[in-house]
Amino acid sequence: MEIKADTTVCIGAGMCALTVPKVFDQSEDEGTVVLLQDEPPQELEEAVRRAVTLCPSGAISVS
Amino acid sequence: MSELTLPTARQRPLDPPDEVTALRQQGTIHRMTYADGHQGWLVTGHAAARAVLASPYFSNRPEHMHPPIPSARMELATQPEKLRVPPGFFLRMDPPDHTRFRRLLTGQFTVRRMKMLEPRIEEITGACLDAMEAAGPPVDLVQEFALPIPSLVICELLGVPYGERAQFQADTKVLASLESKADDAIAALGSISAYLYGLVQRKRKEPGDDLLSGLIESGELSDEDLTGVGVLLLIAGHETTANMLGLGTYALLTNPDQLAAMRDDPSVVDNGVEELLRHLTIIHLGPMRSALEDVEIEGVTIKAGETVSIHLPAVNRDPARFDDAERLDVTRPAGGHLTFGHGIHQCLGQQLARAEMRIAYPALLRRFPGLRLAVTPEEVPMRSDMSIYGVHRLPVTW
Repeated sequence: MEIKADTTVCIGAGMCALTVPKVFDQSEDEGTVVLLQDEPPQELEEAVRRAVTLCPSGAISVS
Repeated sequence: MSELTLPTARQRPLDPPDEVTALRQQGTIHRMTYADGHQGWLVTGHAAARAVLASPYFSNRPEHMHPPIPSARMELATQPEKLRVPPGFFLRMDPPDHTRFRRLLTGQFTVRRMKMLEPRIEEITGACLDAMEAAGPPVDLVQEFALPIPSLVICELLGVPYGERAQFQADTKVLASLESKADDAIAALGSISAYLYGLVQRKRKEPGDDLLSGLIESGELSDEDLTGVGVLLLIAGHETTANMLGLGTYALLTNPDQLAAMRDDPSVVDNGVEELLRHLTIIHLGPMRSALEDVEIEGVTIKAGETVSIHLPAVNRDPARFDDAERLDVTRPAGGHLTFGHGIHQCLGQQLARAEMRIAYPALLRRFPGLRLAVTPEEVPMRSDMSIYGVHRLPVTW
């Protein structure tokens, strides 16, 4: 799994950082998504998919 | 075609009106007649609600809206020129205006920042519980617990002196009441705006360690913009979490097995808060959006100019999305509810609200293990007459 994050559409809701803090963080200034790792270990893949569904602005995607 | 208008009377205090949930058998998007005769739509399905809220082809600007029910406040919400909404009230903006304001604020409400606030929220909660213990029993839980906790927290975060709360709390109540006369709503917004404008002036001279002072220092917003931002955050920070704490406690007190789980098992609390948000859905009259061009949602064409109301209480009980959706079960994973909205306007303060609820509910239930209603459940006055649902008062004893 490879994660992509688009900070131009991110609205800083924080659902990703709340759901998988090992993979997602938020920037100090703008609160937008910060990717801590773009290829997460398998045990986190389900949580990452859940974070993608919960993201309100479609800022994160997986392939 | 049947003439559907938005039903607001509930048969049972915690459940959406039966007429609305019954609609789901016919589909998820329904023709609805608005208070001014506009033929718009009502959404009762979770997937359709997400699609509308995430679509860039819908506007949240007041001039595109129609009032879903006959009330002075809802009518005024569609006529900003009458209500003189201060310019920084970014909830009712579309991109790129909305984006500019939201960007300035998101950094203040991150998961990490809210985590850092937790010790302070715990202190505030503890002080409220001390005062409640000293005052009662019986006490009104709204006045002693549900309102002061979020109120103290948002005042402190914004930099609003808590001692000055009487007037803006009264103004907020008038603005939130569906029964307020138009002139009174206009006066209340004028009063709360004037208060915030004055506070911005004071903070320009004497800045503090708070959000408003920080925004002033960033130099990006005019005093009028700052006033609108302050009004929005102050109103939103007061009404929403206060009603979740009040109605959530009512729901727990009338469902003792759920209360016991929230009180006795710390591992339940995170899910429990999400489930209360889902099950109670205090946003009971919207959100609304209006199509900027023809949009197809689940096979239905919503024409440019048509307003769509999303019935969040029904959406959050959609059996297509949540198993056994009518049941309150604090142990279920309830993530994915739309109580905070979806799309670019999803609640800015949601992580703050979660932090407050995760601390306040268990603290209350553990301090007063014998907490119970001081009246019958039927005697608790529900906020059917307000734009945010909840309880007006919650008499409790222990």
